[in-house]
Amino acid sequence: MEKRVTFNERWLPYLLVAPQIVITLVFFFWPSGQAIWQSVLLEDAFGGNTRFVWFDNFAHLFNDPNYYASARLTLVFSFLVASLGLAVSLLLAVMADRIIRGASLYKTVLVWPYAVAPAVAGVLFGFLFNPSVGVVAWGLTAIGIEFNYVINGNQALLLVVVIAVWSQISYNFLFFLAGLQSIPKSLIEAAAIDGAGPGRRFWDIVFPLLSPTGFFLLVINIIYAFFGTFGIVGSLTQGGPGQATNILIWKVYNDGFRGQDLGGSSAQSVILMIVVIALTFVQFRFIERRVHY
Amino acid sequence: MTRTLLSSVAAAAVLVSAQVASAQTEIQFWHAMGGNLGETVNALAEGFNKSQSEYKVTPVYKGSYTETLTAAIAAFRAKQAPHIVQVFEVGTANMMAAKGAVYPVYQLMADAKEPFDPKAYIAPVYGYYSTPDGKLLSMPFNSSTPVLYWNKELLSKAGLDPNKPPTTWPELGEMAKKAIAAGAKCGFTPQWQTWTMIENYGAWHNLPYSTLENGFAGIDVELKFNDPAHVKFIQMLADWSKDKTFVYGGREGKSTALFNAGDCVFHIASSGSAAGIEKALGAGKVGIGMMPYSPDVIAKPQNSIIGGATLWVLQGRPAAEYKGVAKFLSYLSTAPVQAKWHQETGYVPITVAAAELSEKEGFYKKNPGRDVAVKELTLNPPTVNSKGLRIGNFVQIRDVVDEELEAVWSGKKDAKAALDEAVKRGNELVKRFVAANK
Repeated sequence: MEKRVTFNERWLPYLLVAPQIVITLVFFFWPSGQAIWQSVLLEDAFGGNTRFVWFDNFAHLFNDPNYYASARLTLVFSFLVASLGLAVSLLLAVMADRIIRGASLYKTVLVWPYAVAPAVAGVLFGFLFNPSVGVVAWGLTAIGIEFNYVINGNQALLLVVVIAVWSQISYNFLFFLAGLQSIPKSLIEAAAIDGAGPGRRFWDIVFPLLSPTGFFLLVINIIYAFFGTFGIVGSLTQGGPGQATNILIWKVYNDGFRGQDLGGSSAQSVILMIVVIALTFVQFRFIERRVHY
Repeated sequence: MTRTLLSSVAAAAVLVSAQVASAQTEIQFWHAMGGNLGETVNALAEGFNKSQSEYKVTPVYKGSYTETLTAAIAAFRAKQAPHIVQVFEVGTANMMAAKGAVYPVYQLMADAKEPFDPKAYIAPVYGYYSTPDGKLLSMPFNSSTPVLYWNKELLSKAGLDPNKPPTTWPELGEMAKKAIAAGAKCGFTPQWQTWTMIENYGAWHNLPYSTLENGFAGIDVELKFNDPAHVKFIQMLADWSKDKTFVYGGREGKSTALFNAGDCVFHIASSGSAAGIEKALGAGKVGIGMMPYSPDVIAKPQNSIIGGATLWVLQGRPAAEYKGVAKFLSYLSTAPVQAKWHQETGYVPITVAAAELSEKEGFYKKNPGRDVAVKELTLNPPTVNSKGLRIGNFVQIRDVVDEELEAVWSGKKDAKAALDEAVKRGNELVKRFVAANK
């Protein structure tokens, strides 16, 4: 049974969609077009001395070991964020699914971190883990771990991963919970009757049925790790110490706005845009194939 | 009927408000001075506005130095540039190379027929922002220089005289080690390590930062700060970090938190941090003095170079408005205004007259140590190595130096490898700047 909405006037649907179209054009297509245009130019910051240089900016990037280092770092970073984020939120969703009392309390609390903006999350954790005055840092020192993310690059990266995962758990949790609750109880009961233990039930029945959700979340988490973590890096480490947290999206901002290298920064933006388009394409093709109704 | 009435009232209100045109010419002044500093800037603008009725200066706080510069660039490209924008000293070369964007101050003053005496300004401040033949490009506003702060209590606890600071780096090391033995958590921490430990170390010891007179004689420079003296100095600090004689506190101004918490004995930081530090520790507990020097590199220190920012005038506004800009810049350089700015902030007074006025008012007697900055800047007439720096893409070069130094502090590289790599990466950035500005 299909629902169909009909309009009396022919122009009404276009008028209703128009604001969204305008916003998409102004805030998405126009800047993207500008980035593509600027990526083939070499100019000084004020625009007085602009030269068309074909793909020089891209060539310069591909010859820059720092760009490759940043790309490798971003891959490692997004792998950590996605895998940890999905694992922890799946665990929480499975646990929340079984609770009868206080379910809404747990769900509310678990959804709360999503409302915190990435930059604010960075500041919050910055206070907690500050080497001089942070409560958690003090606690770590008390048990013998010297935590100083200002000097130690690996600790800085770990901290940024923790913050990113913390922020994204809510989103993953909601989707996993919905996915779990849409699995017919009859399947699980049948497996239990047949003698399958909880582990077997999970891995053989729940997990495969959850996989479309899981795959969707995987792509969303990777995109988040690539782009949404900008606020965390910006407010906590600014790419340091020593490039340990210099992920690609931060490098775009740093080179463009601090370094005023608009051509190089635009080239990096174009490359990232291609990456996310490819990811979205992959997601759509696979999701369409594997969704079970 | 009511709807028509309401909409016509609204339309009339809009028309009326649009017709209220101000007879005053408005001058937009974009700056990066937040908090207390911003209030002082507003007070300065108020003073100018009250002193005459033709022009009205509107200061607008745009965020950090980087954000302010980005906003000005975007506004300029949209042909809506402010008249005056405050740009940090590391942006000097980029500003100078911006064809057609900048209105040099010496030209502005001449065109507006404003009296302007270059000799009234303190030499290193003036020289940093002038062409090699002495023509001023941007108006100095808030300049600072690094000074040595020390925690008097921690020195006393170590059995040392709290009013006698170290004069050389080896002395500082010894005193720091004694203080640590008596219980201090850290010996020495620097603020803005690229500015204090590399750039100012070079100027203080008359060592070049790059060829072509540190960029004053041309943009196609080669960096030179990986000379043996710098390498030895950084290696010394790296060795000191093993027993916390040296502690790295983070980039830019982050390490001041360590000193303010009473953990560190010595702190080299901007003179502009004086007010904040004295508030945190108590004015009587902090000493302010000249930076130490390395006696094996130079017999007596040369002079220090400035940090901070200047006011650049941008093109693109109607010609008549620039007369007001010139008047405002003159007003800012008068002795009472500069003295007030200097005393309330800790930035250096940019004219000799303002320093003398502060002296006459007894400010330095009441606040000992606040005159150290000017003394450091005027210690000797600047050489080609100590006039300042004018290097393109300098923000990124400083980031590179920060990264390489961080590799030294975390033990990943030794000083020589790090400084050599910093020079190599920096030279590439310079080449890119030259290519973009040919």
